[in-house]
Formats: sequence, C-alpha cells, structure tokens
Amino acid sequence: MTKVTDHISKQKFMEELYRFKKGSITRRHFLNVTGLGAASAVMGAAVPSLLTRPAFAAGDIGDRVILATWPNYHDPANFEAFTEATGAHVQMNVFGSNEEMLAKLQAGGSGWDVFVPTNYTITTYVSEDLIEPLDTSMLPNYDPAAYDPRFSDAGSVDGKLYAVPKDWGTTGYVVNNNHTGGKKLTSWKEFWDMTMDSFSGRTMVHDYQLTTIGNALKYFGYSFNSIDEKELADAEKLLIDAKPHLFAISSDYQPSIRNGDAWMSMAWTGDGKQLNTDMPEIEYVLGVEGGEIWSDYYAVPKGAPHRDAAYALINFLLDPQVNAKEVLAHGYPTADAHTNKLLPESLLNDPILYPAQELLTALEFGAAVTLTDPNRAELMARFKSA
Amino acid sequence: MSIRTRNWLLLAPAGTLFLALLIVPLTVVLIFSFGERAPAGGVVPAFTLEQYANLPARWTAFKNTLTLAPIGTLAALLIAYPLAYFLAVRADPKWKTILLILVIVPFWTSILIRSYAWIFLLGGRGLPAILEWMGIDGVRLINTPFAVLVGIIYGYLPLMVFPIYVSLDRLDKRLLEASSDLGAPAWRTFLQVTLPLSVSGIATGCMLVFILLMGEFLIPAMLGGGKVFFVGNALVDLFLQSRNWAYGSAVAVALVVIMLITVTVYMRLISRLGASRDDVAIM
Repeated sequence: MTKVTDHISKQKFMEELYRFKKGSITRRHFLNVTGLGAASAVMGAAVPSLLTRPAFAAGDIGDRVILATWPNYHDPANFEAFTEATGAHVQMNVFGSNEEMLAKLQAGGSGWDVFVPTNYTITTYVSEDLIEPLDTSMLPNYDPAAYDPRFSDAGSVDGKLYAVPKDWGTTGYVVNNNHTGGKKLTSWKEFWDMTMDSFSGRTMVHDYQLTTIGNALKYFGYSFNSIDEKELADAEKLLIDAKPHLFAISSDYQPSIRNGDAWMSMAWTGDGKQLNTDMPEIEYVLGVEGGEIWSDYYAVPKGAPHRDAAYALINFLLDPQVNAKEVLAHGYPTADAHTNKLLPESLLNDPILYPAQELLTALEFGAAVTLTDPNRAELMARFKSA
Repeated sequence: MSIRTRNWLLLAPAGTLFLALLIVPLTVVLIFSFGERAPAGGVVPAFTLEQYANLPARWTAFKNTLTLAPIGTLAALLIAYPLAYFLAVRADPKWKTILLILVIVPFWTSILIRSYAWIFLLGGRGLPAILEWMGIDGVRLINTPFAVLVGIIYGYLPLMVFPIYVSLDRLDKRLLEASSDLGAPAWRTFLQVTLPLSVSGIATGCMLVFILLMGEFLIPAMLGGGKVFFVGNALVDLFLQSRNWAYGSAVAVALVVIMLITVTVYMRLISRLGASRDDVAIM
C-alpha cells in the first residue's frame, strides 16, 4: 500500500468511484483512497444522476449507454471524454465469462446497449437471434481494410457484419517469481503440478469453463477445445484433484495477485501486462503446450434500449486516437493498423502483447461448440460444486 | 358492503402479490424441473425425471448448506442472546435507544460492501498479517469455510438480536424479583424463568436466520472464493453460467422441499416445547 487516506470528501469519493467504474485500471488506487471495493457495483447506477450533464451539441443520443464488458478492460478517461462530447454516461457491467453474458441475454431484459463477446460466441448469438447486424453507416470510424483478418473475421456471419473488433489476446498465466525459487515456468503441466505442490493454496483459475477446462485439457496435451468425453473426464479429474489446492475460482484475479494472497493465476494478456508493469516480479507465461488465442468484439444486442448511444460509443472507441489510449491502458494488442501507427514502438514489440511465433502457433481460437456443449457446462458446474 | 366483501377487498392486494410473486413463479419452476436443457441453454418442455435423478451431482452444495446454515444459526444465537439480554434487561434505559440503533447501523450499508470489507480484513494483508506480527505464521483465513462462517454470523446477527430482544423486553421484571425472593440463584432464575419466557424470540430469530441462510449465495461467493459452495451458488451457476434451467429448477425444488420439511419439524418441536412448559406452569 502506498498511501492510505482515512477521510475523503464526498465529491472526491464520487470522482474516484466514477474513475474506478470505468475500468479497474485504477482499482489499487481507488482502494487505497477510499477503502472500498465493491462500492462500484452498488452505487454505479446512482453515479450518472450525480454528475451534471453538460450542454449537448451532437444530436441527442440520450443520457446513458450501458456497456457489458470484462474486468480491467478500458481507459476511464475515454469514457469521461465520451460523456463530455455526447452527454451520455457510460454505465459498465463487468463479467467473468462469455457464458454469463449469454445467459443474461438469453434470459432477456439485460438492458445492455453494447457488449463485448469473444470470437467463438458470435455465431451462437446470431443463431439465437440475440444480436443485430451492425449498421456501418453509423460507424464511420470502422475501416474493415485496416484490420488483420485473423482478428476481425469472426465478426461476420454469413456475410453480414454483427461485431467489430475491439482487441485480441492470449490466455496464459501470471506467476509471482518471488516464490518460484528461481525456477522459470513455461508450461501448463508446471502450472497444475505446482498448484498441487509448492503453490498449494496460492493458485487461481478462471470462473470460466472455456479457459479453466481448456487449460486443464492442455495438461494432457489435448485440444483446448476438446468435447471428447474421455478427454473431458481426464480434465475433470485433474480439476477435482487440484481444487483443494486452489486459492480461489474467479476471473477477477488482479486484486489477489497484487496483495500477495495468490501467487499464480490463469490470466489474459492485458492483466499480465498491467500486473507486470506495476510489479516486475509478476511474469506472464504462455504454456508451451498451447492454449487460447482470442479476439474480442463490440456488438449490439437486439432491442438495445439506447441504440443510438450504443453506436456512438462503439464508433467513439474505434477512433484510432481513442483506441490507442485504450490499448495503453488495458495492455491488449489491437488488430487495427491505424491505431497501431499511434502506439509507441516499445509496446508493439512487447513480448507479453506479441508473444514469440513458436508460442503463438501452438494456440487455438475457441470453438463455438464449447459454448453450448452441455458436458463442458456441467463439468465446470460440477467442479465448482465439488 | 358486507363484511365479507370488505374482507376480501382488504386481502386482495396481498393475495394478488402472493399469487403473482410466489404461486406463479413456483409453478413455473416446478414445470421447468421436468423439462430438458435446450441445445444452446435454457429449457425445452418435456416430462422427464432426469433432472431429479441427477440431484446427487450437487450433493456437496447441499451438504455445505445443511452444515453451515445450522452452525451459523447456532453461533449467531450464542452471540446474540447475551447481547439481546444486556440490551433488554441490563442496559440503562437512557442508552437503550442509542445501543439499539448501533445494532441496526450496519444495515445502512449494503451487505455486498460489508462483505468486501471482510475480504480485506481476512485477506493476507489483514488479520493474518497482524497474527504474523505477533509471531503466528501461516494463518490463512480468506476463501475458507471459516471466512464464510464469519461473514454469515456478522451479516445475520441483527436478525437474531431483535426478536430475542423483543421477547426479553416484554418479560415482566417482577418475575425475576419473585424468583430471587424465593431463593433461586441467578443461574436458576435464568434457566427457569428468563430462558423459557424468551423461547418465542429464540424460535423466531433462529427461523429467520436459518431460512435466509439456506438461500444464501453472496457471502460464500465473496468470502469463499468460489470454493465454499452453497445450493444458492449452484443455482446461480446453473442459471447464469451453464444455462441449464431444467436442472436448476430441480435443484430449486429440492431446496424448497428440504426447507419445508426442516421448518415443519422445527415448528413442531417448538410448539411441543411450548406445550410442555405450559404443563410445568400448571403443575
């Protein structure tokens, strides 16, 4: 802890809270200044009305836009700029798995305007009739030619554009090298073996079937996307054996890694980058066996209550100037050439964002079938309730 | 307007709510529980007992709930009773209101935020760090059943304190004097006068806490790190992750049935206890 202030003014608190709401990049700071963590979840809804609404010029899109996204995924300053320019406040809901997002949309009445699905889920959203084809006339900043197709292809289904690329990344793990006794970890085999040995009680896995099951499958060298019954049974056995040794099952692992309670956790690129920047002893590792490479997209659910604001927000975030700030904050690479031109050379050569080719080639994109496969879903639920 | 019509009219709002918010949803859950999981998640109608046959797969969740809920209730009772006794019988009337407000104050903050506070208190930089400073190393508290129990007791204590307080507050203090005048030592007065007369408060408090605990999911999720799993957590997972509404409904029905049985047995026991006390009183 750097500095603990024991009293802050109400206005200062709301400012800090608002910043924090926009992306927990400032989580540590927020916790230091206010001593509150979950305040955002409860008070979030109250925030927009507490901030004064500026005079609005660009055509009324309403006073708010509701974004469903992932932890530590945006630059709060960008949302403030969006509000200043349009008058619409960004209200953020944070999720830990694509399943959770799908469940909310399937149940109906999610109230979301924009959400951030991962590549392999988009076909399901389309077949379930849950997202709308994007009206590109409302997204002038979207330039399809600027994107590396590997990370933008999944946004189109049957020739229709349903989602535009946000950023991409990998799923590896972070490990605190202060506790490894000089050993350099390189594989998923070591991840699981250490968890059940010297790291007992110190490891976290995602609350997310795709990565937790997928990376357990990698222990045996199976495909990350396997739905083979025998292979899933092996993975389940490993997960159940490892469970008593886990510190927690959660997709929000930064706080525990930062305060030292957890020493190792499954992690996504940007969290690895953010942690490594603040704490050089935290290393981001991609298993030599492989694992996941993914691309996240912006999409608009059918019946979005603030549809105009949704498009305005996506368009705003696709602006290369804005997107560059996003990348600097969240630490995930973008596939947009325009944005990359604005980023510092050091970031474009960063080994966490852009892993060595031999590590990349072993990675797999998630497969659509894993999202709906009942065995994988039930395996994850059994593992958690074991 | 006849009295009958008027009574019906007065009952209508409650009746409508009861129907719309309890009977209808429960019926839907019951129907779902005989269905099957839709291919992409959700439910398709069917008539199968498959979901019920699969209930043992959530045995641990039921076991955790059925262990920690009674332990939590009992612990809350043991902590709440002396407090309620002090507030009702011993506290200076001048201070009583303030003390009572102090018991309620935590309710002004959401349980979510208060649980977050416990995450920090029980986490490595909280209590374990203090213990380490005192020379006790290697204590881990967060994400254990103990942490969940602490959260439960903390969260539900006021619900136990108040009913007991009310029953003790109504207690005729002259009975205590009479008992003492007749030569009973303090412990005997407590066991034979105070305690029996506060049974109704204890019963209400335990019931309130126990029923709510059986459906708890927030505290285990936050202080158990996803490792201490209640039926409530299993339900959240089945509806919000694996999207198996049919199985989720079966688990919910099972929970409701277990609660009905437990509460019925409990009520019987309490009324029998009450009855036997009356017998003693008559003798």
